Amino acid sequence: MRITVTVDGTTYTDDVEPRTLLVHYLREQVGKVGTVVGCDTSNCGACTVHLDGHSVKSCSVLAVQADGCEVTTIEGLARDGQLHPVQQAFHDNHALQCGFCTPGMIMQSIDLLADNPSPDEQAVREGLEGNLCRCTGYQNIVRAVRDAADHMRPGAGPEAERVAGDAGSRAASSVGGGGE
Amino acid sequence: MTATMEPEVGKGRLRKEDARLIAGRTRWTDNITLPGMVHLAVLRSTAAHAKIVNIDTSAAKEMPGVIAVYTGDDLDPEGAIGMPCAWPITPDMKSPRRPVLAQGKVNFAGEGVAVVVARSAGEAEDALAEIDVDYEDLPVVLGLENALAEDAPLVHEELGTNRNALWKFDSGEAGSGGDVEQAINEAEVVLKRRFRQQRLVPAFMEPRSCVVDPTAPQLTMWSATQIPHILKTMSALTLGIPEHKIRVIAPDVGGGFGGKIAVLPEEIMSLLVAQKLGRPVKWTESRSETMAAAHHGRDQIQDLTIAAKRDGTVTGLKVELMADMGAYLGLVGPGVPILGAFMFNAIYKIPAYHFACTNVFTNTTLTDAYRGAGRPEATFGIERMMDELAAELGMDPMELREKNWIKHDEFPYTTVSTLTYDSGNYEAATEKAMQLFDYEGLRREQAERRERNDPVQLGIGISTFTEMCGLAPSRVLGSLDYGAGGWEHAAIRMLPTGKVEVITGSSAHGQGHETAWSQIVSDQLGVPFEDIEVLHGDTQSSHKGLDTYGSRSLAVGGIAVVKAAEKVIEKAKKIAAHMMECSEDDLEFSGGKFTVKGTDKSTGIGDVAFAAFMAHDLPDGVEPSLDSEAVYDPENFSFPHGTHLCAAEVDTETGRVRLRKYVCVDDVGKVVNPIIVEGQMHGGLAQGIAQALFEEAVFDESGTLTSGTFADYLLPSAADLPSFTTDRTETPSTTNPLGVKGVGEAGTIASTPAVVNAVVDAVRHFGVNDIEMPLSPMRVWKAVHSGEKAAGGPGAEAGGGLGSIDATHGGAQ
Amino acid sequence: MIPAPFDYVAPSTVDDAVRALAEAGEDAKIIAGGQSLLPVLRMRLAAPTSLIDLNRIPELRGVRDDGDALVIGSMTTHYDVQRDPLIAEHAALLAKATDTVADPQVRHRGTFGGSIAHADPAGDLLAPALALDTEMVVAGPDGRRTVPAADFFEDFFTTALRPDEILVEVRVPKHTGWHAHYEKFNRVAQAWSMVAVAATVRTDGGTIAEARVGLTNMSSVPVRARAVEEALVGRPATAESIRAAAEHAAEGTNPTVDGNADVEYRQHLARVLTGRAIQAAMAG
Repeated sequence: MRITVTVDGTTYTDDVEPRTLLVHYLREQVGKVGTVVGCDTSNCGACTVHLDGHSVKSCSVLAVQADGCEVTTIEGLARDGQLHPVQQAFHDNHALQCGFCTPGMIMQSIDLLADNPSPDEQAVREGLEGNLCRCTGYQNIVRAVRDAADHMRPGAGPEAERVAGDAGSRAASSVGGGGE
Repeated sequence: MTATMEPEVGKGRLRKEDARLIAGRTRWTDNITLPGMVHLAVLRSTAAHAKIVNIDTSAAKEMPGVIAVYTGDDLDPEGAIGMPCAWPITPDMKSPRRPVLAQGKVNFAGEGVAVVVARSAGEAEDALAEIDVDYEDLPVVLGLENALAEDAPLVHEELGTNRNALWKFDSGEAGSGGDVEQAINEAEVVLKRRFRQQRLVPAFMEPRSCVVDPTAPQLTMWSATQIPHILKTMSALTLGIPEHKIRVIAPDVGGGFGGKIAVLPEEIMSLLVAQKLGRPVKWTESRSETMAAAHHGRDQIQDLTIAAKRDGTVTGLKVELMADMGAYLGLVGPGVPILGAFMFNAIYKIPAYHFACTNVFTNTTLTDAYRGAGRPEATFGIERMMDELAAELGMDPMELREKNWIKHDEFPYTTVSTLTYDSGNYEAATEKAMQLFDYEGLRREQAERRERNDPVQLGIGISTFTEMCGLAPSRVLGSLDYGAGGWEHAAIRMLPTGKVEVITGSSAHGQGHETAWSQIVSDQLGVPFEDIEVLHGDTQSSHKGLDTYGSRSLAVGGIAVVKAAEKVIEKAKKIAAHMMECSEDDLEFSGGKFTVKGTDKSTGIGDVAFAAFMAHDLPDGVEPSLDSEAVYDPENFSFPHGTHLCAAEVDTETGRVRLRKYVCVDDVGKVVNPIIVEGQMHGGLAQGIAQALFEEAVFDESGTLTSGTFADYLLPSAADLPSFTTDRTETPSTTNPLGVKGVGEAGTIASTPAVVNAVVDAVRHFGVNDIEMPLSPMRVWKAVHSGEKAAGGPGAEAGGGLGSIDATHGGAQ
Repeated sequence: MIPAPFDYVAPSTVDDAVRALAEAGEDAKIIAGGQSLLPVLRMRLAAPTSLIDLNRIPELRGVRDDGDALVIGSMTTHYDVQRDPLIAEHAALLAKATDTVADPQVRHRGTFGGSIAHADPAGDLLAPALALDTEMVVAGPDGRRTVPAADFFEDFFTTALRPDEILVEVRVPKHTGWHAHYEKFNRVAQAWSMVAVAATVRTDGGTIAEARVGLTNMSSVPVRARAVEEALVGRPATAESIRAAAEHAAEGTNPTVDGNADVEYRQHLARVLTGRAIQAAMAG
């Protein structure tokens, strides 16, 4: 089937098999290998991307279901060489070790902050319950998300990640993106 | 660069590694795509023990996109290839051949039976369903005691036994202590306990993957491995490929925790298939394959006897273990429980000690190293026993420990298991931990809750641990019949522009070597942190090494870096003296500069590097290079220690455990980067706590792994763990120039018994003196209400996960 | 892991979907949010020949007020259920249970109707749907029919939906002003419910006027704890009467056994959690 998907601001038209998972489409056809696969059961969350502004596990969405949609991956967050505040906070707080879960963690953290701009510790922990990390014990991830919240002004930052469509909708990656 | 710059070692540098990892600019093995590359998919046995009567691959070969299908007999018609085990722990150890793909017989569910090669991963997977394997079931051997029973069926008939090896240490025989039987006979108090170390899955986040390119000048293999150097040598030995014709690259590797210390049948298979087809191949496993086929960890039954005086003085310890090897021997599998032999005596002065471990074959996934490897098991055993002894004697458990531990002024101290602990200060770490924890306050609250019969009871668990790490002095490994040394290699390249490349044989997969090694070299050579690049994980650039495990990177690999830097300075000194027309003896080196003593005349190391590069004017007989390398063999292990305190609330109505507070004060010697050390502690704690509360690999009666997905094997998420209070004391190691010890495994080793001790302490007044791990709510509730300590297991099903989905009747939508 | 090949259609109306389902034959499957289905397909535990995707049917999304009931489109996502003001006002129990479903990513994609039709007895929306006396509106080749929740869930993963039918709406009688709580017990946040209790009560002065209690994973289908409800009605809303009523929670249940819980423990949990659910509802 032929699909047209906007990934990190660029529009691609491709033929895919219906069974192709969004994550495999991103990795193998679009070349977005920053998004990874960690499990078969949608538990680990490593493949988390934003689909039309909401976090989803891209292993549990078919590529054909993303036809006409906009996808933001970890590779589309930085603007003009400037890291997204959540990326920066992960670095600043040593919130990663091997880094395999990190793309999914960052994408989910951004979504979480879009819903709750100043979460307490428990809210961060619950907001990340769909993402597994085996290295950090989560403590520095929680710290990073709260640190990012402190550095982000809701609504500030560059253009929303969605390059087309209803501008009024919530676009997770745009929240506070790019810093001041 | 000035001499006044503050030292890099000890600074909380943010990691160099992060830039690419937070941006998705990663190089996982599965990211690699090569021209003409084809994909492998492995058909895995559904039976745990069966004869293979027939394998029909004809239909699979006709499937779209399929290039080839191979069985074990196709790849190895002579049956000559066996996966390596590098640790024959005894001369008479039984060692079955582990084929690349099963030949004639399968010995665990998940063992490879055939491999499909296809143009796409999907097509390869499609063809698996078309392979027809005819199995004839054999009796399945499960459980240590069953396997050792008189009339037990055998995993490997040809071995004549399920016993792999019996390894013993006895302090009476070794002359390092008394006779334990005598100590037990004469003891005022004798306590016996049986503990079970459940089976665990290392659960690194990146599934294993391997790409082989046979078209490169050297046969090149990328692999998600902890051990590229060992893998290279072992691949050469296993397949007879000349070693200089193989290059192994461990690119970005997504965690290991011991689980990627292995030479995989799939790696060997990839080498064979790539050579057969003459084109690049990729194998990337699914998580379900990882769970069933990658090695597991732990799985022991521990029978412990402790002898003591009424005043709490421990007089003897007898340890009898059974350890489940699974169906075959992994690379270092048989030695893992043996590492525990040196650690059961822990921080205590125990005058008589006996250790015996029986390794056993069963029809299960093999076991091998998992974070801590042997030492968590030992620490759990002794720390649980200390709490049990304290309860028996009516003593405060910390007081009992203090009475028996080695005092800070008794170091260096040679233990009953013959190790010499170079340094430590258990008093200092404990004092700090007790303060941070508010031990007295929590004990008061515990008493109040008991008094008012509160449905939520509080318990306090202690673990005062040490471990041996920095593996390892080669001569010690030799005495343990280990199949390699324990040294590490480093090299430093001084570039003409003054920048520095550091090469290390330690292969990082999340630890932060690039950052920490840069800090070390910056101090040694006086070059800026930013001007240093650390290269690792590619046998072409890092040609020599023994890789990363056993908390060895810093204490061995880091010291090799120091030694290489010292050689650079020695070489530079000759040239600097020549440049400044003085004697070498008149030079001192500091902050990156050679200065003529008593003058302000100096030259920077970068200038010397440039002079060496130009080579226009060098002293006679001096080679035009500052590049240096060193191989460091440690003279001793290092011995981090610490005091971990856990307060756990137990809801006696439901059995649910909530960790209320976790404090640990660790002493890992000198610290290169406190941020990285803290991160290692956090992650280690999470894994140790997860063993206590959540995780277990479970097989059903037919030998099928029922906890075979992340929906069934319970890894904690952020929502399941508390924040930890971590702190440090710093007692430098005296056996290496940096004074460092190692931190990678400490948290995992220490935390499991702290949690279990806390839970047992919370409900001891109900008559509970043990609960089997993991401490599921049902187990805790049943222990409280009926005294049953292992409800639901072993053989319990994790349940409730994906396995609960009945796909055929599954509702739509 | 990659699903086995299948055909795929994404109709834009319910009628088209019903037709597509009929045409695709018995090995077709409907995909709603896909959050349970896709892992099953990846693991190749199922291999349907075609998928009928409901995601492009706008009429199946959203919540509307229909007098004494709310009507929830089957493709309304968990995320939307959690935030819907009508549900918050008239069916708070559903919102609270939905808060506990899976994780945020799954709630963005997973749907209310999908969970109901999947009929996993450990799923968190079945017991609330039963307790609230909801009705399932299903569409088939012969038009629409309505099935009460009590008749809808037949067995593990089995419902009254015929192979040629699609769940299109769920009618939820309004429970305006009722106290509600969903008490979930699992081993880790990602795990399914071992046992959970959906409780909603209406008080009149200090007295419990009406009570509805549903149990998750205490049988092959969600169970209504009628004895508890009866014991509560007309009693003062005190800790003591709640505790006494909760003692009846396990009556008539037939829970499954797994490594996490045997029958005795599950029934015990049902009693403890029922008491806690009602207490929390009253407090909330």
